[in-house]
Amino acid sequence: MTNHLISVEDLDRDGIERILQRAQSFAEVSGREIKKVPALRGRTVVNLFYEASTRTSSSFELAATRLSADVINIRASGSSIEKGESLRDTVQTLTAYEPAAIVVRSPYAGAAQLVTNWTDAAVVNAGDGKHEHPTQALLDVFTLQRRLGSLDGLNIWIVGDVLHSRVARSDIAAFQKMGARVTVAGPPTLIPRDIESLGCQARPTLAELHQADIVYVLRMQRERMEEAFVPSLGEYSARYEITRDRLREGQLVMHPGPVNRGVEISADVIDSDISLIGDQVKAGVAVRMAVLYELLVGGATLQAVAA
Amino acid sequence: MTHMKLFQKSYPEAELLIRQAHVLDPRTGIDAPHDILIREGQIAEIGAPGSLSAASGTATVEAAGKHVFPAFVDPHVHLRSPGQEYKENLDTGTASAAAGGFCQLIAMPNTSPVIDSVTVLRSLTTVAGQQARVPTGFLASITIALGGTDLSPMAALADAGALGFTDDGKPVTSAGMLRKALQYQRLAGGVIALHEEDPALSGVGVMHEGAVSARLGVAGIPSLSESTMVARDSAIAKYEDARVHFQHLSAIESVQALAYWREQGARVSGEATPHHLTLTEEAVRTLDTRFKMNPPLRNEADRQAVIDGLRSGVIECIATDHAPHARYEKEMPFEQAPMGTTGLETSFAAVYTELVKPGVLPLDLVIERMTAGGALYGLPIPKIEVGAQANVVLVDLDSTWRVGEHGYASRSENCCFDGRTFNGVVELTVAAGAVVYEGFKEKNA
Repeated sequence: MTNHLISVEDLDRDGIERILQRAQSFAEVSGREIKKVPALRGRTVVNLFYEASTRTSSSFELAATRLSADVINIRASGSSIEKGESLRDTVQTLTAYEPAAIVVRSPYAGAAQLVTNWTDAAVVNAGDGKHEHPTQALLDVFTLQRRLGSLDGLNIWIVGDVLHSRVARSDIAAFQKMGARVTVAGPPTLIPRDIESLGCQARPTLAELHQADIVYVLRMQRERMEEAFVPSLGEYSARYEITRDRLREGQLVMHPGPVNRGVEISADVIDSDISLIGDQVKAGVAVRMAVLYELLVGGATLQAVAA
Repeated sequence: MTHMKLFQKSYPEAELLIRQAHVLDPRTGIDAPHDILIREGQIAEIGAPGSLSAASGTATVEAAGKHVFPAFVDPHVHLRSPGQEYKENLDTGTASAAAGGFCQLIAMPNTSPVIDSVTVLRSLTTVAGQQARVPTGFLASITIALGGTDLSPMAALADAGALGFTDDGKPVTSAGMLRKALQYQRLAGGVIALHEEDPALSGVGVMHEGAVSARLGVAGIPSLSESTMVARDSAIAKYEDARVHFQHLSAIESVQALAYWREQGARVSGEATPHHLTLTEEAVRTLDTRFKMNPPLRNEADRQAVIDGLRSGVIECIATDHAPHARYEKEMPFEQAPMGTTGLETSFAAVYTELVKPGVLPLDLVIERMTAGGALYGLPIPKIEVGAQANVVLVDLDSTWRVGEHGYASRSENCCFDGRTFNGVVELTVAAGAVVYEGFKEKNA
């Protein structure tokens, strides 16, 4: 049976630890002069992106390349996807190349899960609608583990547009599996009804932000203002922007990118040493190498491959 | 003889003896083993088990241990004709109904083109007279092209055979527009049936707004979207003393609003679907598009309220909202796939297995609610009594079947119960005095 990574729910704490241990080894490989390992030599990885993406697509591409896989990148613009070919037809066409893995990014929830029905390849969800972005959650956990050792007992606040954030949903699940307590905070129009059923707390203001050890800031998109979720970006910033003034000593700040400076987070916070944003980007390649390795090579010990 | 607003192709009149079946008709009070002799399409004799014998040329069905009920009525189906015959047509849709034990159907007008003119309605009733296996009636639209702004020629449509009016699939968003339609009902007659949903509250929602939508990041349709419209339109119906039927009720607050306005004297009625009676938002966790329907599957409290409403009679009938879609349409990501599930072949079995067998609802009540939907539109109620037109279904309650295992009589396979094992196998359907389904023969063949 082929393995897939569709949702954080596919993994238990041990599974997350195992992938992140591998990511640790791959991070060491990335520090070498020759950054490639031959693990996926002769195998093909397809990146199928139905949504614009810079960091996720480039880090998946680099991850597959560093594992020595052949990589095909397919993007919505300029391909048959734009000519109205259905997801099923596209996947079945790609399957003719016998890919070992298909990495899927789609604006629709459940797209990656659907792809598993039509291919023998391992499927990795690189973001499906506002549902999940499991590799982002893994790299966020990886980043925190490297800085703090463990997430056990950590208070993590996720701040901003939770309603439209797949990162928030994957992180809520992953952070809790790793022993952290999660609070979401943001404009009430952008906090989903019944979000507490996911085990987190919800707050309409940042009044208690001092409780947080980690402040995870979500991207605030201009469209949300146009759709009347908030009256203006100015009012959003006045209440929710993460600035030096709102933070206390010892808090660390994360953001999945790309950032809107001066909207959800101030420039000086981004560029300060309390920001883990650069670490998150760096972790992306090693973690995605580990995910592809876990799904396509699995049981073999990492040392043998990385040697 | 068929009702003048029901259309069916011609069949030979049934000549049939059903022996030793347990006959249950809550309206005539029969609830015991009997022989039933059908002659020239009418129930000729009902006798003690083993007492009746058939003349030569009369088929005999040995039915000891099985049940005969009045055949079912479905006041809410989408037969997709004209214009969407790749999903369903009058032949396949009514074959699906026959296999589910139905003897009357009421088809919705959200076809392509919409049934908003006498021309379209006449062409459809003509085809139904050639193809429909089960007597089928039609609703016409309230507004032209379901556009919500211009009234359909309701009086002319009623004269041409429309049983009533609905913009089903869409709400009549404007209260002023609905009020005019309800006033015009005094001239045209016919029940006005409403799909209740406030587009401003539904937004881009595609599933119930609640714990599951919060987890999936899929935009939700709040139950408020339905219940506020049920309350609003009940008030308008009361004010105009109009006859209004609420389709596919899904939310606890909707059932409460219906009960309240009924008490106030409003002439309002309601229906519930087998899927809202037996499933909740939990089914949507897998993002399987078979569970995408409108109104959406809601939470357990909502489901219980719909069951309670059906039990108390606040909700008068069960309706399937049979909504076939082609395979390729449903093989899409959840947010893109069309809304709807088929339901004709599974309606009784789903309700029997999920609600009657566990003791939630009594069998006689379910039979009553599954045969009540046509009377709301003025159609005759199927009854098991001597002299009545034969409208009966023979069901083996003890046998089980796996939904979809042998395919579907419907042209489409988007059934939310696909793969489930149910009790209750329909073996024979007699509709308007004609044998329209003989499942027991197909199985023995």
